[in-house]
Amino acid sequence: MHKVIIPIGPQHPALKEPESFRVVLSGEKILEFGYRLGYNHRGIEKACEARTYIQNIYLTERICGICSHSHSSCFIQAVEEIAGLQVPRRALYIRTIVAELERIHSHLLWLGVAGHEIGFDTLFMYSWRDREVVMDLLAVITGNRVNYGINTVGGVRRDVTPEQAKEILKGMDILEDRTKYYAEIATQETTVIKRLSGVGILSHDDAIRLGAVGPTARASDVRRDTRKDDPYAAYGELDFKVITDTHNDVYGRTIVRVGELMESYKMIRQLLKNLPDGPITVKAPRRIPAGEAIGRYEAPRGEDVHYVKANGTDKPERVKVRAPTLANIQAVSKMLENRLLADLPIIIAAIDPCFSCTDRLTAIKDVEGGAQGTMEWEDLHTYSIRWYRDRGIEFGAANKKLSAMMEGKK
Amino acid sequence: MIRPGKMIQQVLSSIFKKPATTRYPYVKASMPGHFRGKIKFNPEKCIGCMMCMRDCPSKAITIKKVGDKKFEAEFDLGRCIYCAQCVDSCLKKALEYTNEFELASLDRKKLKVTFHAEPDKGPETKA
Repeated sequence: MHKVIIPIGPQHPALKEPESFRVVLSGEKILEFGYRLGYNHRGIEKACEARTYIQNIYLTERICGICSHSHSSCFIQAVEEIAGLQVPRRALYIRTIVAELERIHSHLLWLGVAGHEIGFDTLFMYSWRDREVVMDLLAVITGNRVNYGINTVGGVRRDVTPEQAKEILKGMDILEDRTKYYAEIATQETTVIKRLSGVGILSHDDAIRLGAVGPTARASDVRRDTRKDDPYAAYGELDFKVITDTHNDVYGRTIVRVGELMESYKMIRQLLKNLPDGPITVKAPRRIPAGEAIGRYEAPRGEDVHYVKANGTDKPERVKVRAPTLANIQAVSKMLENRLLADLPIIIAAIDPCFSCTDRLTAIKDVEGGAQGTMEWEDLHTYSIRWYRDRGIEFGAANKKLSAMMEGKK
Repeated sequence: MIRPGKMIQQVLSSIFKKPATTRYPYVKASMPGHFRGKIKFNPEKCIGCMMCMRDCPSKAITIKKVGDKKFEAEFDLGRCIYCAQCVDSCLKKALEYTNEFELASLDRKKLKVTFHAEPDKGPETKA
């Protein structure tokens, strides 16, 4: 049959983030799936090298808007390991509480997005309404709804008061009820089961071979969870199960995430019950001694890895980030093999992709000549001005016009 | 029981409930007490150690010496990321956060906030 190549993105109404996919179709069937990362490259790793460790906490937090605590905790764990800091137990517990609240908010968000992608917008509306409960809790504890800024080198910045603990427990009760309801929907609503079963199959062996992480791997019955495999923060002292499923498809990924929500509520109750007394920070040096370390952290989407190299100054020499989506995106090609084009949005959404986190590099290629090269900031700037000027757009003039209009209004 | 329309009961009962959304901006929204909003500066407490300037991730603060042991601060609300690290870094607690969050402006000049130091009288805030 005649082959058709469809480019999806980087600017596409169905995508939440700019990323380019190339789908080779035969009729409705997907023969080949290619992706090109790099449209969201922001140069965060390089920027880390020019900032102090304290400033980098806030910078790494902004790698991702949803798993922001994951990235900053992962970074800080590596820094604390190099500096040899003994973080107080209370601080570790508070970090874990925020981490689990973040997982709850991320999984509820995913449930809504998945509902939206399969056309079940009712589920999307209700799960996002319930997500507000946990967002408000995060605002109360940390002072922000997103980008919590709770971490600092050697501990956390804010304590959890007994009143706040009570508020969290109350929120957990509400959310547990709601999650039980969603579990019922996921297992009993025919349309959901029929739409998701057998879609995006990733076998157990393929999940291991392609290095899938997080709920994507666990839905293929791979018991891979950094919280259990290499316990950090307070996870070593908690009693929780690693949720796995044998469905191997998008339906399995839904069950795993809903199951993980229930485990998170359990964990938060344990954490608040056993919250140790004591200080929440330990004095940390501004200059971190030379050394290198790797931070591992189970973000809501999977294992997050940060490599930090220190050189004895107050700025790191190198920071490398491996976001969970980079590990999972390889598996998407396998999941899409011989599937229909209509399954593409939900299969991509099922790994809970975050392309901004993933983009660590942009390669600029001359389309005609095929030559590759590097461009400095100044070159890029002049290049962009020239590019627009060739097309008759003058930004300086447009700016002047705009400000003249603003002045005229007053 | 496996059947379609499992959520219909919930949807129908919602018809008789109040909407989950609020009527912001007609109804004022408030933030929790520890919300990290606009930063306030108390000039009389400042000793000019510049720790806030050093730690600010977005270079939003400038502390200027205006006289003998007198300092004033200029904040760029457009640069500030509202992490309140400056509040933590300040040794003399000269900085504090407020839960003020409606700070958008169409004019860039209005985003620059200066807290002036007054010689004899108490601190005067000019926005």
